[in-house]
This record gives sequence, structure tokens and C-alpha cells, in this order.
Amino acid sequence: MHLHRYEKIWLSFGIFMLLGFMGIVGYQTFAMGMGPPSHKETIDPQKVETTAPFDEPGVKQIGDNEYEVVMILQAFGFTPGNIEVPVGAKVNFTMTSKDVIHGFQVADTNINTMVVPGHIQKISHTFNEPGEYLVICNEYCGAGHQAMATRIIVK
Amino acid sequence: MEAILKETLTEKSKRVLGVSPQDSQLTLSYISVAFIALFLGGVLGLLQGLERAGLLQLPPWLNYYQVLTAHGILLVIVLTAFFTIGYMYAGLSHTLGGLLPKVRKLAWIGFGLMMVGIAFVVTTVLMNDASVLYTFYPPMAASPYFYIGLVFIMLGVWLCCFGAFINYAAWKKNNIKQVTPLLAFFAMGVFVLWFFGSLGVTIEVITLIPWAFGWTETVNVMLSRTLFWSFGHTLVNIWYLTAISAWYIAVPKVIGGRLFSDTLTRLVVILLVITNIPGGFHHQIVDPGMSQGLKFLHVFMSLSIAFPSLMTAFAMFAVFERTGRKLGGRGLLGWFRKLPWGDVRFLAPMIAMIAFIPAGAGGIVNTSNQLNQVVHNTLWVTGHFHLTVGTSVILTFFGISYWLVPFLSGRQLTAKMNKLGVIQTIIWTAGMAVMAGAMHIVGLMGAPRRTSYTTYGEHEIALSWIPYEFLLGIGGTLLIIGVVLQVYAVFHLMFRAPEGKTEFPIAAPEDDALPTPYWLENWKLWIVLMLAVVVIGYAIPLVDLIVHAPPGSPPFRIW
Repeated sequence: MHLHRYEKIWLSFGIFMLLGFMGIVGYQTFAMGMGPPSHKETIDPQKVETTAPFDEPGVKQIGDNEYEVVMILQAFGFTPGNIEVPVGAKVNFTMTSKDVIHGFQVADTNINTMVVPGHIQKISHTFNEPGEYLVICNEYCGAGHQAMATRIIVK
Repeated sequence: MEAILKETLTEKSKRVLGVSPQDSQLTLSYISVAFIALFLGGVLGLLQGLERAGLLQLPPWLNYYQVLTAHGILLVIVLTAFFTIGYMYAGLSHTLGGLLPKVRKLAWIGFGLMMVGIAFVVTTVLMNDASVLYTFYPPMAASPYFYIGLVFIMLGVWLCCFGAFINYAAWKKNNIKQVTPLLAFFAMGVFVLWFFGSLGVTIEVITLIPWAFGWTETVNVMLSRTLFWSFGHTLVNIWYLTAISAWYIAVPKVIGGRLFSDTLTRLVVILLVITNIPGGFHHQIVDPGMSQGLKFLHVFMSLSIAFPSLMTAFAMFAVFERTGRKLGGRGLLGWFRKLPWGDVRFLAPMIAMIAFIPAGAGGIVNTSNQLNQVVHNTLWVTGHFHLTVGTSVILTFFGISYWLVPFLSGRQLTAKMNKLGVIQTIIWTAGMAVMAGAMHIVGLMGAPRRTSYTTYGEHEIALSWIPYEFLLGIGGTLLIIGVVLQVYAVFHLMFRAPEGKTEFPIAAPEDDALPTPYWLENWKLWIVLMLAVVVIGYAIPLVDLIVHAPPGSPPFRIW
């Protein structure tokens, strides 16, 4: 099999670029804790409201300016909605769905994850800027999907 | 002596048979369905673009998600499947000396099964019993007849796969130790991927049927989702493989050039077949239930698919430069202007290839863990596949149609029709550039995909998306003009264009090309390697999702 010299250069360049890219993605994932949300706990999707911690959804302070938000997603809303946290707070979201698959996205942040019935998903974010953040479901979930939204108020 | 005799025999049979009318009837039927689907799906696409922009309110009996489901199914299942089968069967018929009668019969039965399947699917969608989008993620449950329709479509595709395998094997039996024609080799890759890639989704759909009927109570949601994506992205690469077969084989001939390298082309096909199936996992990068280590393994598996595309990029530009210089192009870039830009059979696939440069780069973004988290389920993704499928693949299919349809119908591409094709290509390119460009930008700003017009209670961020969504409507309007011109061109070339002989363009190798080594024909080995890669990618998540499954979900119908 004959490869032209230029093709060898081009392909070597391509391979090194892809490997470098992998290296950066891997370093960010495993050394800097920037990996995608990948929580592995499960739950009975038909008993969400009677299973801890989802029997008490809400916002809890768990540390010095650190909060846990236990949230249920259902067609077509978020429980709790319109939550408030102080500026600079680290917020740990613990979420599940009690019906179909939903998405959880906060515009202007990197919060973006799938919330699947039967599975508990976790994602954290530190809100450094005050404002009224828009929270939306970004996975089609039925006739009212476009109305499934709430706010996070950071003061 | 024997070899010469054989050669004259096949030449003779080809001359006598020309295009076998029975074969062309089959392939033209497939192509007709493809372009009817383009028309219907295109109209629905326009409705969506206008609705999303807030320029149009759909009547109460037609909801946005119903339209979106039909748009997706008609364009990413019906159009692509029927065109791919029509074109690949025409290629098999042309390069292998005709389809075997039993293969033709299989393909006709497959055609019938798929039409029955489409009837089921379209009826349930029209009745608003299946507004589940073409990804039909459970536990959202459509009418069971929707899933039964999908099974019929899949069975039809499988019969076409088996037909292709039979014809390929028969040719090899008659041509011992000979390398198969390159286009047939591509067809083999396409049908191997189609068959093996669709096994997972078929299992999913078969578990959904009793669940949708109410015979079983719950379904494993994450397992279904994972099985779906083992197919979802493979399908994309089936279209891509189909498109690049024309880039490698037909385009060089159209511009008066030669094949880049038969051997390297086959290597690209083999690499795409082997690496492909686990590529779909990157659709699940922000899913729960899977570890970061597993996801990182899949970053590698998806990125490896980029390698054969880098080979293709080099090959294409090498062919263009060689040919352009042969045509008298001087200097560093003079060859570029010598290319036949006014010939739609070149222009359309050329723009398709150029579009694949940003499209491929966007794909690398999508597959890279953290970057995926930024764009996941935003309009960026919709922009991405309107660039890859809607431009790279579909413009190539359009380009193919300007020689394939007249070849099959025994007619000719006139200068006038060529001009129409050039105009169509420009309109399509402009429409997609506006629409996919706006989708990419507004996606980065956070606008979600698959969502009807909304301002989320006049939130300022959502309001800032609206001007871009306006551009979706403008792009969609240009595209519908493109659809109408293209559908007109195809049926004109099929029934009205002046009769005459049109060539099936197949580039010859360079005069000093080395012979292709026979070991590349070892399909058993490629299939084993492909399955090994599937096992590496999917053994862990599938076992994990089955063994550690949570209680399942009952069906929901909430549209």
C-alpha cells in the first residue's frame, strides 16, 4: 500500500491533533473535575414521592454558602420552582423524573443534563453572578414541553 | 486466454443488456419514493421553521410535535433509506452485470414491506397517536401500530441487505480471486453496517410493542435509549458512506479525472465499517447511569471515526488538484478555477464536501465530553445535522440524481436542466447556510432544540433568541424553493427529458496505479473486527443497565 509523503504528513498531523484533543478532554475530566454529569444511583420511578430524598423536595443549606436542591421533574414543571440562592453559592442539584425523560438546562451556564425516570442525576454549579437564571427542559416531553421552565434567582 | 474470454463475455452481456429494464424499474421506484418523501418532509420542515420563528400558528388539529415527528421520519428514514437502496442497487446492477432475479425479488418484497411500514407510521402520526419524534424515547408511548410499522420498515431494509450480500457473493463465485468493483465494495459496507447496526434498535422496538399494547407493564428506559443510539448514529454514517462513494467514484469521472487510489478507498470503507457502531454513544454523554470512565472511552471511539474522514479529505483535494492541473491550471491554486463549476454533477457534491469541513469539526465538538455538555439538546445539534445530513449527504444525493435518474430512465441531462440544477444547488446552499448557521449560533446561546415557539414568560434570554429563530424561517423558505426545483428535476429526468444514453460515471484508476491487494476483500475479518469494537463499546453499559436496572417505567401519553 502506497501513501504519498504529503498524505503521511497530513494524517500524522490529524492523529496527533486528535490525540492532543483527547488528552485535554481527559485532563479536564479526571484532573479538573469538569467531566459530564454521570451519577449512577437508581430509584423506582413510580415511587419517587415516597422515596428519600425526593419525599422532601426543596432547597437545603448544607455548608458555608453551599446548598443542595432536591428536585423532581415532571410534565411540565420543576418541583421546587423559582428557587433562590445567594451570590457565590455552590449549588448541588439532585434530580429525578417521575414520568418521561426530561432535560435540565440553565441558560448562560454549563448546567445541561438528562433527567431519566429510574435514575438519579446530580450536577453542581457555583453561581457567581446575580440575576434571574432561566431553567428549561430541553428534551421533548409532550404537548406542554415549550412551557416547562422555571427560574433560579441569585441575589 | 480464459481471462480474455470471460472479459468479452461480461462486456457482451453488458452491451446486450444495457441497463436491465427490470433493474431500472426497481431502482427508479425506490428513488421516486425518496423524492416524494423529500417534498412532503420539506413542506413540514417549512411549517416548523415558521412556527418556531413565531410567524405562523398551526391549526388546532395539527400540533408542532406531530409535524416534527413526520418531518424527521420522512427525511431521515424514508428519503435516505429509499435513495440509498435505489442508488446502491443501481450501482450493484451496473458494476456486477445485473441483479440476480432472486435478488430483484427480495428488493421488491423489501419495497412492499417498507411501504406497509410507512403506511402504519404515517397513519398513526396523522392521527396524533405517535407524536413521539423519530427518536421515540420511552416511556413516552406511541400507538403500538407505530412500532409495528417501524418493524416492517426494518424488515424491508434487511431483505435489501440480504439481496446485496447474495449478489456480491454470486459475483465473487464467478470471479474467483478477483477484487470486486469499487462501488459494489461500498455497497457491501453500507449493507453490512445497516444490518448489524440495526440489530439493537430492532430489539428495542420489539420490547416496546407488547408494552405499548399493555401486555407488559414497564420498560427499561435507559436500556431502550442506549439500544436506540447504537443505531441512531450508525444510520448517519450509512448515509455518509453512501455519499462518499459518489465523491470517490463518480465525481472524479465527471470532472475528467481518475480514481485517487482504489486500495486506500477500500481502506476508508473498511475503517468506517469497523469503527462505526459505538459512535452513537456520544448522544448519551450527559445521561445518568454511566460512569465518566466509560464516557471517556467513547470519546476515543467516536473520534476514531474522524480518521478515515481525514483520509477522504486528502484524497478529494488530491483528485481535484491533479485534474485541475491536467486541464491547464497553473500556479498554486490555478487548478481550482479549472474545475467544472457550471456542472451540477460536480457543483452539488463539491459544496457537500466543503460543508463537511465545518460539519465534521462540529461533530468533534459534539463528541467531546465537556463541549457536548455546552451544546447538548440545543439548536446547535439541529444545525449540525442540517449541515451534515441536510447539506453534505443530501446535496450529494441531489448531485447523483442528475446522472443516475437519466441513466436509469434512458434519457439525457440537457443544458437547461443542468442550469436548473446549478440554481437549485445555490438556493439550497444559501438556505442551509442561513438556517444551519443561525441554529449553531442560537444553540450556543442556549436555545433548545425540538421546542415550539416560546418566550418562557418573556424571559430576556429567550427573547434574545427570537431574531435567530426568524432566520430559521427565512432559511426554510429558501429551502422549500430548493425542494420544489429538485423534485421537479428528478421527475422531469425520469419521464420528460429527451431520450438518449447517459453514462454511469465510474472513474478509472491512474495508468500507473498499483493493483489492489486481494486481502481487502476479507469481509469475514472486517465483520469480526466490527463486532469486537461493538463489544468493547457496549458490553459494559448494556450489562450494567440490565443487571443494575431500576424498576421500569409504565407508558405515558402526554401530547
